[in-house]
Amino acid sequence: MIGQRIPILRFGAHLLVSIQVDIDDQMAVQLQDDLSAAIVKAGAHGVMIDISALGVVDSFIGRVLGTIAATSRILDAETVVVGMQPSVAITLVELGLSFKGVRTALNVERGMDLLRATEGEGTTDVDDA
Amino acid sequence: MSTTHERLPIATSSDVVLVRNAVRTAAERMGLRNIDVTKLVTAASEIARNTLVYGGGGTAEVECLQAERRTGVRVRFEDHGPGIADVQLALREGYTTGGGLGLGLSGSKKLVDDFEIDSEVARGTRVTMTKWR
Repeated sequence: MIGQRIPILRFGAHLLVSIQVDIDDQMAVQLQDDLSAAIVKAGAHGVMIDISALGVVDSFIGRVLGTIAATSRILDAETVVVGMQPSVAITLVELGLSFKGVRTALNVERGMDLLRATEGEGTTDVDDA
Repeated sequence: MSTTHERLPIATSSDVVLVRNAVRTAAERMGLRNIDVTKLVTAASEIARNTLVYGGGGTAEVECLQAERRTGVRVRFEDHGPGIADVQLALREGYTTGGGLGLGLSGSKKLVDDFEIDSEVARGTRVTMTKWR
């Protein structure tokens, strides 16, 4: 468990992270660091984080997801969190976490649509031309 | 009331995950609804982290409660850390001394049915939470 990392996959201009294990705080912070480095390295415009396997999103994990979204935005990449379980969503709201600034989509497919739609909004990247 | 106990140490952030798993197993075994399982596990996760970060580590005790009319799960957290000087203030939403969001204590209280904090400065803190089926 210790030192375990969440893999980051690249597909085109986007990065995909699928959290398949019950994540501890250290792993969450590690993911935050790894992702910002990966965005810069790949010149990514979008990040999709699949949390469908996460049975719990507490205030710490919620805050990390918010920080990831904010950091990505500064690095010119949009983040979308997909697959949140309904019970997790209800619990988050009751906990008082607004999840403000984090884009969400029901599933991977809709998340992809969202990332594709936002691609055109940003500044044109010379490398992509 | 018959109970079964499980006592877990909280010394690292991966212990917090083990506490979450133990609470989930107990809550599912006692037949709590899925949404209530998630709420209890989330509340337990918040307090387990507090025990680790603010209390300097401690223990979690998971109890399955079965009485004639009531079934539920109780989790007791105990640390021998610095304690909480003003429990009412600590329970206020958004209040934090650790740079977090200040939702841990106030949020967990909302997620469970019974919630008690017993804290003494320089002696430690005990938090007890119960979710009924």
